[in-house]
Amino acid sequence: MKIGVLAVQGAFAEHASILRSLGLEVVEVRLPSDLAGLDGLIIPGGESTTIGKLMDAYGLYAPVKDLAARGKPVWGTCAGMIMLAKDIEGSDQPRLGLMDIGVNRNAFGRQADSFEVDLAVPALGTSAFHAVFIRAPLLTSVGPGVEVLARLPDGRMVAAEQANLLATAFHPELTADVRFHDHFVELARKRVS
Amino acid sequence: METGTSTVKRGLAQMLKGGVIMDVVTPEHAQIAQEAGACAVMALERVPADIRKAGGVARMSDPSIVQAIMDAVTIPVMAKARIGHFVEAQVLQAMGVDYIDESEVLTPADMQHHIWKQDFTVPFVCGARNLGEALRRISEGAAMIRTKGEAGTGNVVEAVTHMRAMTSEMRRLVNMPKDELPAAAKEMGAPIELVLEVANAGKLPVVNFAAGGVATPADAALMMQLGADGVFVGSGIFKSSNPPAYAKAIVQAVTHFNDAKILAEVSKGLGEAMPGLEIGAIPEDQLLASRGW
Repeated sequence: MKIGVLAVQGAFAEHASILRSLGLEVVEVRLPSDLAGLDGLIIPGGESTTIGKLMDAYGLYAPVKDLAARGKPVWGTCAGMIMLAKDIEGSDQPRLGLMDIGVNRNAFGRQADSFEVDLAVPALGTSAFHAVFIRAPLLTSVGPGVEVLARLPDGRMVAAEQANLLATAFHPELTADVRFHDHFVELARKRVS
Repeated sequence: METGTSTVKRGLAQMLKGGVIMDVVTPEHAQIAQEAGACAVMALERVPADIRKAGGVARMSDPSIVQAIMDAVTIPVMAKARIGHFVEAQVLQAMGVDYIDESEVLTPADMQHHIWKQDFTVPFVCGARNLGEALRRISEGAAMIRTKGEAGTGNVVEAVTHMRAMTSEMRRLVNMPKDELPAAAKEMGAPIELVLEVANAGKLPVVNFAAGGVATPADAALMMQLGADGVFVGSGIFKSSNPPAYAKAIVQAVTHFNDAKILAEVSKGLGEAMPGLEIGAIPEDQLLASRGW
């Protein structure tokens, strides 16, 4: 299986390194031609305005939407989640808008408010997932077909899944726990078989 | 919920990778930078080329300038404190800037000691000319490293020298038998724990950007091909003849640093780059890279 990591800006190397450790072939995606033959795509954390502009400059929106329309899984972490959202509070920045979710960018404030916390993620098993939030967004609304995978202790939504689409407000690529990556690869495997 | 941890401090730098951090002196500059695709901005009163020209003592910027820039953009905002000036750093932390650059571009406040950065919840980036210097800064709590280069010159030669020094010293450690590592640590003046970490991982434990003299898209891609995780551009954008065009071209050059056809495309018709300075023509006491240790 071949998984792409959008590599226009951000923490793409971290995702690629985890995927390789799981035995997958990894492609860094900077141009539409890099998307050929992929079984899934990860949009990493980074600056969503930067990622959005670079995707636009090199014509990546249409082919990534097409990849998702063909049922290939797409996972966005942090900035990637913003790119996937249909609705971005108070912003008309470019986006893929694939997922029926609303997000609030930098919902927690500036870097001083970045944090780590243990989350219960029932879909990944009983043990907590240690999550790193960096100038993170929040899920503010989810459509009817969207399953919420994780919430903060106060109930706010931070991870969700909709068919072949996965969104996390935090960064599983910054910790040693690979369960979210395993989960994503499993989504891709189901689509292949 | 834990804030200000080493993971979240280093983590923000990881999110900036593959991006360009631009020096800006007004909210309008900051918006041009954001519009061009900068992943963060450095809020300053003067760009390094003007600091160099003005001479005298260069200090932390007026907080009202930093605040106006923080209010103007949604991307992270960094600001500079003088080497060793922990009160300037306290002020910037209190204002909520996203990163502090303990910078040789400003006049050092302490000739012997850098800021003890582990006491802060805001992350710091520090300049380095070689691996030993980078590891000393990391041991003090720096969550991100950049080459010093020679700021405000538009001349990339020093940034190249510093990046090559770091990568070749890392290669040397990786290939060194374990029993020689303590002597190497002593020789480079770095803590043995960090030397062992680099010898095992083959890279710094924090993100490493290039800085100090980047003036063109080709300069930026050169630093990326030499192993930089991203690029700071100081005077190179707003001292060029066409800042929006330079800003956008350098952003694209950092993403497509390995694609010479795209580099050719983005380098076309940008107009005059910032005026450059020959390093040899700068009096020794005006060299910025030798500030700090």
